[in-house]
Amino acid sequence: MDGPEQVRARLEDTGYLVDDGLAIACFLALRLGRPLFCEGDAGVGKTALASALAEALDAPLIRLQCHEGIDASQALYDWDFPRQLLRLRAAEAVGVTDADRLEGELYDRRFLLARPLLRALETQPSVLLIDEIDRADDEFEAFLLELLSEFSVTIPELGTLRAETPPVVVLTSNRTREVHDALKRRCLYHWFDHPGFARELAIVRRRLPGVSARLAEQVTALVQELRGHDLLKPPGVAETIDWAEALDALGADEVDAELATATLGSVLKYREDAQRGRELDFAAVLAVRGA
Amino acid sequence: MLAADAALLGFARALRAAGVDASAERVHAFLNAVDALGPGMRTDVYWAGRLTLCGDRDDLERYERVFAACFGGARRARRAVTATPAPRLRLVAPEAGTGGRSEGPDDAPAPPVAAFASSAEVLRHRDVSDLRPAEREQVRRLLAAFALRGETRRSARRRPDRHGAVDPHRTVRELLRHGGEPALLRRHARTERPRRVVMLIDVSGSMAPYADALLRFAHAAARGSRTEVFTIGTRLTRVTREMAHRDPDLAMTAVAAAVPDWRGGTRLGELLRAFLDRWGQRGMARGAIVVVLSDGWERGDPELLGTQMRRLHRLAHRVIWANPRKARPGYAPLAAGMAAALPSVDAFVEGHSLAALERLAAVVRGAGDA
Repeated sequence: MDGPEQVRARLEDTGYLVDDGLAIACFLALRLGRPLFCEGDAGVGKTALASALAEALDAPLIRLQCHEGIDASQALYDWDFPRQLLRLRAAEAVGVTDADRLEGELYDRRFLLARPLLRALETQPSVLLIDEIDRADDEFEAFLLELLSEFSVTIPELGTLRAETPPVVVLTSNRTREVHDALKRRCLYHWFDHPGFARELAIVRRRLPGVSARLAEQVTALVQELRGHDLLKPPGVAETIDWAEALDALGADEVDAELATATLGSVLKYREDAQRGRELDFAAVLAVRGA
Repeated sequence: MLAADAALLGFARALRAAGVDASAERVHAFLNAVDALGPGMRTDVYWAGRLTLCGDRDDLERYERVFAACFGGARRARRAVTATPAPRLRLVAPEAGTGGRSEGPDDAPAPPVAAFASSAEVLRHRDVSDLRPAEREQVRRLLAAFALRGETRRSARRRPDRHGAVDPHRTVRELLRHGGEPALLRRHARTERPRRVVMLIDVSGSMAPYADALLRFAHAAARGSRTEVFTIGTRLTRVTREMAHRDPDLAMTAVAAAVPDWRGGTRLGELLRAFLDRWGQRGMARGAIVVVLSDGWERGDPELLGTQMRRLHRLAHRVIWANPRKARPGYAPLAAGMAAALPSVDAFVEGHSLAALERLAAVVRGAGDA
């Protein structure tokens, strides 16, 4: 791809709308071969970006969900012990005596289980999503550091596997923990903000083509209003889409204050927030924005 | 092209002066990025820099400011870059805690302390706010020896053990080693890990006599990898990174530079909310031991503090409040903030002397109830 504009067009074809900054970020990630480190509130489209990129590049998306205690055998590779054992038994049964050769055969590529990271190195092209890196612990970060700078893996029994064209890497973090500088330094850093009214409306319309234009507009206006009200968890774009979908499922073409209050549970997930939401004058918001 | 590069490098230098950690490696990436985007427009340079030079949300605000200063009205950077780092209050912490009215007239050089062990024992119980400089120095050395470990919890990791579930991995590997002959069953069990400790240290005016000692305590405590330190006053500042310096004095200087609100007022409720919104609720406070070191003097609305403390209490494993004023004879939690916070506090301890801080460490470890 030649420039940010083209990246933007390709991403928009997949239904993922990007602003200037994100288009440039994706372009640079592709051009410079650097991982893209995405931070931002939950539900602003960090993970969706990876799947959109995969679709735009027509490459498989390989996802690694991080969690506490994740280690190399879950993320990178593991030997398939049961199969090795079977092979050993079979060799014994037919009376193979050449021990060296047998050992060589046992540590063959086909007995190696590729976990997401190794799979991403072997699949070309591919998009690797390392989701919620902040949930993994520091040891794992150090391990990623090595992988993301070299795009190669050394397996003692087999040798070094190297990716000829490195995968496009997207890392996401919810900032529950500060990710180490050494890892961030190797990445492009992009902070995801909540989108403005026009872009959010466009996203809702694109994601839910079946929903009436008026409903989409009203829901977006309401969510934008809610975000300004100092909630424990401000709703993300994902919640806007959920809400519009919920209202659409109820057969609504437009929303009034009563219906909005009744379905508030699809946007506000804390009791305190819901209470605050109920106190809001939705009718006034709708009168101003949605008229 | 060279002139343009020089301008970009100047911009990076200005960023560094403003406190963004724009290392050489990042600057290299920045130049590459600008190059990849071609001789483009101002927005390209803006985004190339933002993507490569910033590494944190806190950096973004500084970046905006410096970018506006460097590339402001002009179309492209031509003029010499003049850095305009934000005016920022700089205080050197080691002195910050020592000054003030609390020192008596016996400020003059103290006699050399002969019997270290016994004097240490006496010092352990002295209120740190009325120490002489020489004693303070000794207390600092003692403080540096502190360790703070959170209560343990079961983690998701397993390690080999004699008891516990069968570890298929190691069992099969063992089998393989013996040519497939049935061998001993290998077992593994869950490991225990210390919980994360989060310290919120009040550096407002009313806590000034204690701030230095508490920050040093936090420094010693933060040597473990899972401790986070924040200062609260009129603003919330995360100082975990500054605390990472091995040398306590260097760390204190770094903290002093990072904290803009020494000896201001206290807005506990509001800052606690800021902490919970930005860090706590996302996971930092979840299942953690949260230690608030403050005297509970609240300038803002105590009701807000009460609400936020209840929220914190729901997220954290344990909430511990250390109040140096608690040791004063006749102390009662009358400060409005303290009274509002107490119902959501699991342990209310002192924090005025070495012995009290030792006790605090014990409470954090889960030994001893308070």
